[in-house]
Amino acid sequence: MKTPLLGRIALYAAATVLVLVSVFPFLYALATSFKTGASLFDSSLLPSSVSWRNYSSLFTLAEQPFGRHILNSVMVSIVVVTLSLFLGISAAYALGRITFKGRGLLLTAILGVSMFPQVAVLAGMFELIRFLGLYNKALGLVLPYMIFTLPFTVWVLTTFMKQLPKELEEAAIMDGCSPWRIIKDVFMPLLWPALVSTGLLAFIAAWNEFLFALTFVLDNNERTVPVSISLISGASKYEIPWGNIMAASVLVTLPLLALVLAFQKKIVSGLTAGAVKG
Amino acid sequence: MNNKTRTAWLFLAPMLVVLLLVAVWPLGRTIWFSFTDANINNLEASKFIGLENYFGEFGLFANPNNTDGFFAGDWGISILNTLKFSIVSVTLETLLGLAVAMLLNQEFKGRTLVRTAVLVPWAIPTIVSAKMWGWMLHDQFGVINQWLVDLGWIAEKIAWTAQPEYAMWTVVAVDVWKTTPFMALLILAALQTLPKDCYEAAQVDGVHPLRVFWKVTLPLIKPALMVAMIFRLLDALRVFDLIYVLTSNNNTTISMSGFVRREMIDNGYMGYGSAASTALFLIIGLCTVLAIKASRMKLGDD
Repeated sequence: MKTPLLGRIALYAAATVLVLVSVFPFLYALATSFKTGASLFDSSLLPSSVSWRNYSSLFTLAEQPFGRHILNSVMVSIVVVTLSLFLGISAAYALGRITFKGRGLLLTAILGVSMFPQVAVLAGMFELIRFLGLYNKALGLVLPYMIFTLPFTVWVLTTFMKQLPKELEEAAIMDGCSPWRIIKDVFMPLLWPALVSTGLLAFIAAWNEFLFALTFVLDNNERTVPVSISLISGASKYEIPWGNIMAASVLVTLPLLALVLAFQKKIVSGLTAGAVKG
Repeated sequence: MNNKTRTAWLFLAPMLVVLLLVAVWPLGRTIWFSFTDANINNLEASKFIGLENYFGEFGLFANPNNTDGFFAGDWGISILNTLKFSIVSVTLETLLGLAVAMLLNQEFKGRTLVRTAVLVPWAIPTIVSAKMWGWMLHDQFGVINQWLVDLGWIAEKIAWTAQPEYAMWTVVAVDVWKTTPFMALLILAALQTLPKDCYEAAQVDGVHPLRVFWKVTLPLIKPALMVAMIFRLLDALRVFDLIYVLTSNNNTTISMSGFVRREMIDNGYMGYGSAASTALFLIIGLCTVLAIKASRMKLGDD
């Protein structure tokens, strides 16, 4: 297909603008994170001198144990991913491979859970978390996070599970395999791509969550990174340490960016499997 | 119950138990709290007060202190803010997402690079993007104010996130920046399933590309577009973190979720806050039903 020259130029111009708008804010944050003192306030993109002070001071502040917060976030996200995948795959087997009454209704109900607003459970969840002794504990956040990771995981894994050919398990059933072994030995190896993409999306969701983390954890040692970043403050109200905030932002975003860019195909396929089901 | 059905429920049980514990039970308790005068400091002492939180003297929908009308009170303002934010941002995200998807669907050199770059805003946590933009839009040292002044487009630097006339639109702009990639990717996935022969036929017949877009592309991707829009709308209606961090949750931009959290946690009025969250739940439920009806989307399978 031959497009006129003018059209090509417009196409490349639009693509360039798109790339600039998409990546500039992050690059600017990166540049700011290396600036200190007065150079913070000149708006040039390239820092005149590179300083790591914003990064090193993040980890030495007693009132803001950022390293601890990163560990908390990693721990919470990993537990959330493991639990949702385990529960999700077992449920997806039932929903995707076995026909029984009420299956369609159940799927709709599960989708409904993922749609309702998080604040709708806030009061009840507050009471539950206090009752279970999980208030002020980072790991307690696993509980509310299941509300949004679990329905999504079940939904996507069910979609993938349904697409696998029927003959697969028939042979296994003939050989007298138990359903659990069928899942483990027949489906798991085939579902790897789906597990990776749903796992990543659950990880991202847990890593980024703010409302529950802000509400259920007040202890400064138990916070997760999004809340930590929102609370970084300077000596006074008028001295916001933008250098530190940008350094923390870069640190929190880099692993996520690396994951998303490395697995972009998988993530996009997970997203579309979850959403495009009209 | 036959053997197969029993196996199915056995494998569903762990997931169902967790969902009942973390979603259904807290939701039910929250609705119950909305009929009580519960306070966060002493939940045990709460007593049933009926619909007082909704329609009582200081209730959500009948507060006589709102002499300037319902939408002058904080609750009314938060409803208006949420609707304004949701409708404007979802509309812009759909239009821009469509444009970006059409662009990414073209063949050109460096398309993979552009596609990767588009994913960047989506991959950045909401809190981080709020802080990043908060810094770029800073009233004194922000790079955006600097550019606009240098270009001579504005005479004085503007406090984008603090001035009431700009704050909400700033929030919308940041949300559009962050979420358009999501829309674009979903639309692109739909575009890539379209049959090629249709387009070749149209080209041979010399049909104008715009006409092809209206008559062929749009009707074909409409189902996927509707689903993406509904997902985004539901997400936008519960907006909290972006507004909370970017504009410090002040009264001009507070969302319904922000209002609920403020009343419930900051002020400790568990009962009153629960009533507001239940109202939000009902509004979102209503929107979902209407949207599904309107798009005649089929949920579930078969």
